[in-house]
Amino acid sequence: MSLLQIVFRSLRQHLLSTLITSFSIALACGLLMSVWVVKEQARRNFTEVDSGFDGVFGAKGSKLQLVHNSIFHLEASPGNLTWEQYELIANDKRRVKTAVPIAVGDNYRGYRIVGVTKSLFEVEYQVGKKFEVQSGGYVFRSDKKQAVVGSFVAERLGMSIGDKFHPYHGLVFDEKEKHAEIYVVSGIMKPTNTPADRVIWIPIKGLQNMSGHSVETSSDVSAVLVKLQGNTHGMMMNQEYNFQGDVMTFAWPIAKIVAQLFNKIAPVEMVLSGVAVLVAFVAAGSILASIYNTMNQRRRDIAIFRALGARRRTVFSVLILEATGIATFGALAGFIVYFVIMSTASWYIRSETGIVLDPFEPQWVMVWAPLFMQCLGALAGVVPAAKAYGADVAENLIPNA
Amino acid sequence: MDVSSYLKIGHLKLIIFLLLLGINNLKKSFLSSDGSTQEVINVPSFSMESGQQIALSGISGSGKTTLLNLIAGILQADEGQIKLSGRSMSGTSESVRDRLRAQMVGYIFQTFNLLQGYTCLENVLLGMSFGDSFDKNRAVELLGHVGLTQRLDYYPRQLSSGQQQRVAVARALANSPKLVLADEPTGNLDPENAAESLSLIRQTCKEHRAALLLVSHDKAVLDQFEDVRDLSDINQGGGKVGAE
Repeated sequence: MSLLQIVFRSLRQHLLSTLITSFSIALACGLLMSVWVVKEQARRNFTEVDSGFDGVFGAKGSKLQLVHNSIFHLEASPGNLTWEQYELIANDKRRVKTAVPIAVGDNYRGYRIVGVTKSLFEVEYQVGKKFEVQSGGYVFRSDKKQAVVGSFVAERLGMSIGDKFHPYHGLVFDEKEKHAEIYVVSGIMKPTNTPADRVIWIPIKGLQNMSGHSVETSSDVSAVLVKLQGNTHGMMMNQEYNFQGDVMTFAWPIAKIVAQLFNKIAPVEMVLSGVAVLVAFVAAGSILASIYNTMNQRRRDIAIFRALGARRRTVFSVLILEATGIATFGALAGFIVYFVIMSTASWYIRSETGIVLDPFEPQWVMVWAPLFMQCLGALAGVVPAAKAYGADVAENLIPNA
Repeated sequence: MDVSSYLKIGHLKLIIFLLLLGINNLKKSFLSSDGSTQEVINVPSFSMESGQQIALSGISGSGKTTLLNLIAGILQADEGQIKLSGRSMSGTSESVRDRLRAQMVGYIFQTFNLLQGYTCLENVLLGMSFGDSFDKNRAVELLGHVGLTQRLDYYPRQLSSGQQQRVAVARALANSPKLVLADEPTGNLDPENAAESLSLIRQTCKEHRAALLLVSHDKAVLDQFEDVRDLSDINQGGGKVGAE
């Protein structure tokens, strides 16, 4: 009978405690992997999402708020720009390749309605990929009350081409704030796995002139998304608008601004990671406790092993391997916990931000976290193994010794 | 060299070949509860030949179990020599004693000492796991020999006391030992099962050419042996209450 067979039989003999301890290891390992993957993928995906633009112009204020509002469709707009300011930017052909104005302020059942020009659909949001509508639909006509619905919104609200809806005023859904206008869905956007999936796109003029909106600001825009002719222009415009000018804010480059947010919350990430590691140690402690608590029952078994010729190092190895076995089993089950947590987390993050996390994407944490748990498990086995190593054979062969 | 010299050398070789267990000046003491040292074992000389069956009689606390544990190498002697098939079981490291025990000794306990989480077959397989040979067929054969062919996958708790002792007998012979030590092997059995079990132990040891050293204080058991020795004649130590 090999050492592994002996270990397997011991695990089988203490099946209930093996399962309970493995479950705690699985929770710890799954949590550890989830925290790491969410952290890594969220940072990477958020900083990579620029919707194909280099920068954003908006009212004087926070660059981060401007990016959140115009790229991620989160938070309120920091203020408006006039149509003239938009034209000034758009006509700067030497430096600005594309300028897309957007206007926000309405929603439909909690999902934002964003007024935009059709030029949005000419921009590549990723290399080689443009915003497109699914077959059977088309991009709204600028002079019609038509809408292109993001894929996530369509899926969540069950909207399809030809459906009609009333926009609601404000960014938070309130039944009392219904606009009189009726919009018709002209197309459903193909999934992009970007925040654009969570938005209902309508012609910018439609949003600006929505009933109940102020007439004085009816030509204002919330932000202007720009694609530049080159990077050096970004630096020049950053200097020009953010340091010398006092009229507009130029959020550039988008990735760097989002990264600043993650740098700010880095201590929180660290605390989360620390807690996850701590949970792993607690779970390893549960291995120690579960084996140690059964040492009284095991003493006689160990003495019998020794009486049959097993050496001290053999019984030591059996207990170390048993602890490692529990950790290994738990770590493998941890992948199930990981997929459950990640499925929930990615669904929630997608519904709140439009950012898609991929639980199946290979990550180094999926290698080192299970190995880490195995090492901790082996380490946790040292104390009971040492006790087994030092156990007196003759004394423990006697029943109820 | 004349014929008589050849005969003398041949005789010596035969004695060495036949001598299985040799004990010389074996001593073992324990610290008693009042802090004094109590000599439990003091055996000036004792020997056994291959295949021999000896019963040692002795009252409780006379050091029977301690002597068996010393012979098995479970306990380390303070002084003296134990030679098993020419190999020293005393004065060597614990791992060497463990190895010798795994290769040469089978042990039958009064309380059977079967592992409760292991089936009958697994208990017997465990008996050959730390020695040189591991043979599942032999384990099945041994269990068949003690009449447990139909109980291979039973756990000890599913067996009667007599059947448990049979498993213990099969396990003791699993490593093809040269010497089987039996410590009050029938102490936990009713008279009928005890007689049957003892007969099985003796018969099985004989068939597997293993010597048997059995300790007991039960007259019914001792009466079954041709060679019965009183431990007090062999052991000059005082024994110890609670040593067994």
